[in-house]
Amino acid sequence: MRRLAAVLPAPAHLLNVCADRYRFAVGFAASLLAGKVSLLPSTHTPEVIKQLRLFAADVFCLTDDPRCPIDLPRVIYPQGAPAPDTEAQSWPPPALDADQVAAYVFTSGSTGSPLPYRKTWGRLVNCVRFEAQCLGLNGQAHTLVGTVPPQHMYGFESTVLMPLQGGHALGSGRPFYPVDICSQLEAVPAPRMLISTPVHLRALLATDTRLPPMALIVSATAPLSLDLAHEVERRFGTRLLEIYGSTETGQIASRRTTATLEWQLFRGVRLVSKAEQTWAEGGHVEQPTLMCDVLEITAEERFLLHGRLSDLVNIAGKRSSLAYLNHQLNAIPGVKDGVFVLREEEAAAAHGVSRVAALVVAPGMSSAALIRELRKRIDAVFLPRPLVLLERLPRNETGKLPRESVHSLLTTALKRSRSASR
Amino acid sequence: MSDNASPLRQPARPADNTELQREVAGLVVAALNLDVAAADIDPKAPLYGEGLGLDSIDILEIALVVSKQYGVQLRADSEQNEQIFRSLEHLVDYISAHRTK
Repeated sequence: MRRLAAVLPAPAHLLNVCADRYRFAVGFAASLLAGKVSLLPSTHTPEVIKQLRLFAADVFCLTDDPRCPIDLPRVIYPQGAPAPDTEAQSWPPPALDADQVAAYVFTSGSTGSPLPYRKTWGRLVNCVRFEAQCLGLNGQAHTLVGTVPPQHMYGFESTVLMPLQGGHALGSGRPFYPVDICSQLEAVPAPRMLISTPVHLRALLATDTRLPPMALIVSATAPLSLDLAHEVERRFGTRLLEIYGSTETGQIASRRTTATLEWQLFRGVRLVSKAEQTWAEGGHVEQPTLMCDVLEITAEERFLLHGRLSDLVNIAGKRSSLAYLNHQLNAIPGVKDGVFVLREEEAAAAHGVSRVAALVVAPGMSSAALIRELRKRIDAVFLPRPLVLLERLPRNETGKLPRESVHSLLTTALKRSRSASR
Repeated sequence: MSDNASPLRQPARPADNTELQREVAGLVVAALNLDVAAADIDPKAPLYGEGLGLDSIDILEIALVVSKQYGVQLRADSEQNEQIFRSLEHLVDYISAHRTK
């Protein structure tokens, strides 16, 4: 870490895209030591990189992949750098100022540019220390395996910061297939923790994968149903805890789902209801923040989660807003009008992953060409399915798009494409 | 078998792979709720990214379906992993070679 800190270049902002969790952690720690700020956008499309440059002109990229395609000056995390012993050498952990800006995370704003949220070191530390308490780790060192990337707020907190603070070991990989999740868990010593999401937990259950004994499974990014929670605990013989939070606030609450559907707020965090909106503030939350979900406050530190506010989309744990997606679509040269539509009705059928569709007016352009353009701007999970080309959108006199007209157009288009060339 | 196929005729794929291809295409369309007819999927087009435009969520779903139906466990460290989703043909060849059901 010291060695890496010493070789980082002068600029203050870095984009850490190391895929290897250990390297990401070392890179992050080195950047802290060097007084630099890590930028953590949710995706790395060319458009987002452009926006990052506007945010911090000096940003450089720290990567462990020599073939990294990101268009930024780069530092390649030394290949073949010796792995440390598992026994930490005893040098005193560096003291860092609580107000030091450790990172900026970004969300999709309605103006089409990612919105920055500052994360200071002290608050990050408090947050993950409390997380460890909520998870019942009792000061005992665990080894964790995560299926989530370290760049995402959840992975950043739970698979990088928490181990750094709590003295846990972290698995450097990011297993994807159920078989691989199992092998990585088997390869690490007990007590084990799996940090994952509903998408992967469902996959583990659906493939009847056997997992080695675990102390704990943590799930976040979307709520798990009570049925699934019970099944996870039963099949894997372990506790399941869920975490609730947001990129803007970090994690703010947790629950043992099989015990209660209510979420328990982290110490010091308060929810304030104003009109139809809920704001989170206090504790480790940097500033009062509007929560993107519909929360029902049930007691002083407890709430129920009822679903998201209408503009937001969450696809397999990745979050965006329809306003942001619409902005990106309409910014494509040649697009006269376009709108993204959430396909909720089919979510239940398609294993709980609802997709977005798009209705587009772009004379002379093919849907393939439009998708290619979108791919440069937005994360792949938000690419429209399907992208329907139209002569015009069914806007009414006030320019609004009535929900029913949009959905009936979409249904017609779907019927047409599915019955084609039978 | 010689690599120099006669210009007159390429060696045909074994008949049951075509059948399997139809079957797998159908499974993929159903599992992913795709808005394309199974018969319309170009067997040589990429599945991931370009071509059919699948993403990692879809890949996981395919892994589930393939495991249930054919007993094939996809894993990231297999050498052929990058090849498996290069096209429907590649996926089907892999299933054909490793199926236990």
